[in-house]
Amino acid sequence: MTALISAEWIKIRSVRSTIWSVVLTVALSVGLAYLVGLSFRANFAHLPPDQQAGFDPLFATFYSLTIGQLPLVVLAVFVVTSEYSTATIRTSLTVVPQRGAFYAAKVLTGALLAAAVAAMTVIATFAAAQAGLGPHGTSLNADGVPVAVAGACLYLTLIYLFATGLATLLRTAIPTLGILLPLLFLGSQGLGNVPKLKTVTQYLPDQAGQVIMHIVGQADDPRFARPYGPWTGIGLMALWTVTALLAGYVAMRRRDT
Amino acid sequence: MVADVIEIHQLTKRYQNTVAVDRLSFTVKPGMVTGFLGPNGAGKTTTIRLLLGLAAPTAGQALVNGLTYGSIRHPLHEVGALLDANAVHPNRSAINHLRWLARTNSIGPARIASILEQVGLAGAARKRVGGFSLGMRQRLGIAAALLGDPGILILDEPVNGLDPQGVRWIRELMRALAAEGRTVLLSSHLMNEIEVIADRLIIIGRGRLIADTTVGELITSAGATSLEEAYLRLTDDATEHRAGGDRR
Repeated sequence: MTALISAEWIKIRSVRSTIWSVVLTVALSVGLAYLVGLSFRANFAHLPPDQQAGFDPLFATFYSLTIGQLPLVVLAVFVVTSEYSTATIRTSLTVVPQRGAFYAAKVLTGALLAAAVAAMTVIATFAAAQAGLGPHGTSLNADGVPVAVAGACLYLTLIYLFATGLATLLRTAIPTLGILLPLLFLGSQGLGNVPKLKTVTQYLPDQAGQVIMHIVGQADDPRFARPYGPWTGIGLMALWTVTALLAGYVAMRRRDT
Repeated sequence: MVADVIEIHQLTKRYQNTVAVDRLSFTVKPGMVTGFLGPNGAGKTTTIRLLLGLAAPTAGQALVNGLTYGSIRHPLHEVGALLDANAVHPNRSAINHLRWLARTNSIGPARIASILEQVGLAGAARKRVGGFSLGMRQRLGIAAALLGDPGILILDEPVNGLDPQGVRWIRELMRALAAEGRTVLLSSHLMNEIEVIADRLIIIGRGRLIADTTVGELITSAGATSLEEAYLRLTDDATEHRAGGDRR
């Protein structure tokens, strides 16, 4: 398996778009986090007293990940769909005819890459946001912060793997991104907060997974509160991810290449 | 088990409305070049894909060294295949393409260097495949097929896009590989080329076996003067001019 993972790693790193996706993920997350932090700092005095009291610096810290995740998701999709668009998948399955081993290597390599990018992105984003927030920021050892930081890393890794499974199921980039991008945009940009829709959309993978980062589902506000806690949210997202990965695997096993 | 043999037994592949391969049986033996011929849509590519485990047969078996392809652990050491020279990521360099292939089958870097030298791509190894001519891609495909020093080679239209030097190079390479005792199965539409490269011929039409013979026998029995003439007579019935073009 290590040989297969190392082969998948050569595939990923030998294509230039990989480095650009990673750079964009980090840059967007970090840059926007700093700007969001600055904007909160500048406007803090003008906020109504109840919002000042309930201000959650972690919301301002990790909000930029809703944008920063997009290039990472695009990377996950292209790692899979480029095999099909270039027909390299035939070569891959000719040299590794065991579908399960091939797929496991692809998923594990993706998980390792995504976890590394996530750790880098989350730490840098946290630092940038605190620099922006200044006196309104928080610190790594403050209450609830370690959990949110670990949760953000988990979230980014899971969203990468969710995209990997979906891309394997659908094989082509356009329909896969046609599902993922609206899901990730609409989910975080509001649909998740529309009262009627919320009852359903709050169980979508990104909505469930973002509770732990304090981006959605603030427990102290009944408008946004969720019927599940942060770790259950991550659990729900993991369930989505496992389902997508299994669907991808079954589809790949069953169809001719 | 006889080494380096391809055995096709009653192989059938049915898609929704068409039978691509229909109870096909033949054996490909080592030590010679076997030409695999047939009109467009005859089922050559489907047969090769069934042989390589890329598609599942509806019935029958395709065996390599007595095994189904899917049960071979490091297939590059047993079977080298060139299906489509363009099936390479255009943004990857030639050497990186061979590197990931080598890694999957535990092949070392020294072999990559020597194979690049052998196919004449050593100078272009670090260039993106996207900038390669079709001839260079064919050479890269041959390099990939030979990477594990396999006893069996399966090449689908390997001379397409090659210049005369390239065609001659392939011809001599195939002959040399067969002379070393390897099994070489080569599909092509170029009858003149097959006539000089191949020892035996497998000809199929509409998914069925039409002839399993030698080049000399075929020409004599058809009362023809060339392989092309004999082939055209033999496959006349089996040629379909479908509107839909090539089936994938």
